[in-house]
Amino acid sequence: MNPVQVAGVWKFYGDFPALRDVGFEVQPGACMALLGRNGAGKTTLLRIVAGLARPTRGSVSVCGAESRDRASRHSIGVLGHGISLYDELSAFENLHLFGRIYGLAEPKRAATEWLERTGLARVRDGLVREFSRGMRQRLAVARAFLHEPSVLLLDEPFTALDDRAIALLQTLLRDALAGGRTIVISTHQLREALALATHVALLVRGRLAHTGERTAEMLEDTGWLYRHYGEA
Amino acid sequence: MAVPALRGSVRFLRQSLTIASKDLRSELRTKEALNASVAFALVILLLFSFAFEPTEVETRQISGGLLWLVFAFAGALILNRSFARELANDCLDALVAAPISGAALFLGKALANLALLLAVELVCLPVFGVFYNVPWTLQFWPLMLVVLLGTWGLTVVGTMFSALTVNLRLRELMLPMLVYPIMVPGLLAAVQLTTPLVMGQPLAGDLIPWLRLLIAFDVIFTALALALVETVLVR
Repeated sequence: MNPVQVAGVWKFYGDFPALRDVGFEVQPGACMALLGRNGAGKTTLLRIVAGLARPTRGSVSVCGAESRDRASRHSIGVLGHGISLYDELSAFENLHLFGRIYGLAEPKRAATEWLERTGLARVRDGLVREFSRGMRQRLAVARAFLHEPSVLLLDEPFTALDDRAIALLQTLLRDALAGGRTIVISTHQLREALALATHVALLVRGRLAHTGERTAEMLEDTGWLYRHYGEA
Repeated sequence: MAVPALRGSVRFLRQSLTIASKDLRSELRTKEALNASVAFALVILLLFSFAFEPTEVETRQISGGLLWLVFAFAGALILNRSFARELANDCLDALVAAPISGAALFLGKALANLALLLAVELVCLPVFGVFYNVPWTLQFWPLMLVVLLGTWGLTVVGTMFSALTVNLRLRELMLPMLVYPIMVPGLLAAVQLTTPLVMGQPLAGDLIPWLRLLIAFDVIFTALALALVETVLVR
């Protein structure tokens, strides 16, 4: 069974169909780049897969369970538009909090380990509100990876990252793929996304225009996919 | 069968306490809602004491209404921040995506709000005694029981509507407009109990039906909130 299964998903905001009959599957150890212009429905789709919103019609399962199911939420790591960290808490307190929420056996050890992996150990007790943007993003990456999720859902993860954070994220994502984890990544930064992706899905006005393996020509010419399957 | 259920309950309580301690820690570091709420409550108490200049007997007669008016208005400032605090950096998304039930999240937030509201009320009560020259400690423990029950009712309804209105631009206005009408039975019972207790009357006789109403209000709205909060959080 594939870890991410989306079947016949529709999402209406009032009368407006943000997603129209979207369906795809992502295999274990695959990285799906979810592409599309602004307003194509990428974020809506990722939110539904993450269990943050309900589809109007259709079904989504993650690791064999409905996406709001407790078991599937254990296996999902989400990195969204916001960093999802508390400004009034320290870096360690934030990671420890999420470690406890995810029911990790040793949340303190996990928090310390991820602070070291993201190069934030020296500011362990600094409040997040005092962090630079790059440091906040690195801590957000640590939060998303903290519980070792088997499915990673990343919405525009490279936006506003500095070089160091981009390099860190790419390393972590490559390690995750090598470890058999599944990734769905939505982004406008085609070069970074296609370099990682094993598969692509192109959304056009809420409809899935193309889904399939990432080919060499997509990597050589990042506009190829839009020219062949997107709108003019 | 019993062991998984017990394990589930322990996990539920542990997650609720984690959320409660996170909220309390955040609030104690910024003191945004707490300072505003205490200041607002003290100003109302002070202004009313200037406006009415009542005798001791008159004060005791209006004490229940006056105190619960202050608690409800000052409480709205704390309750408004409860879920609004999660909007910064999209923290609510991380909590909703995590393997924590909406009920555990709600209970954690309600417990933190209860602690903050009780702290404000414990500041207000001695100030009320001094400004209005009322020996409010005559029935201290029964009064504390009523304050606790009334505050829990206010907290449960307020926390629920804080979740419901969190994405509204006019949430500061909408929360009191939604909470106060629903709070009428609970507030009525709390007022009816507080006035005689401040006057030194024991918690017995014709006060018992009001106590039952207050307990029933708390139980019904706690059950409703725990059952419905998941629907409110994921749309």
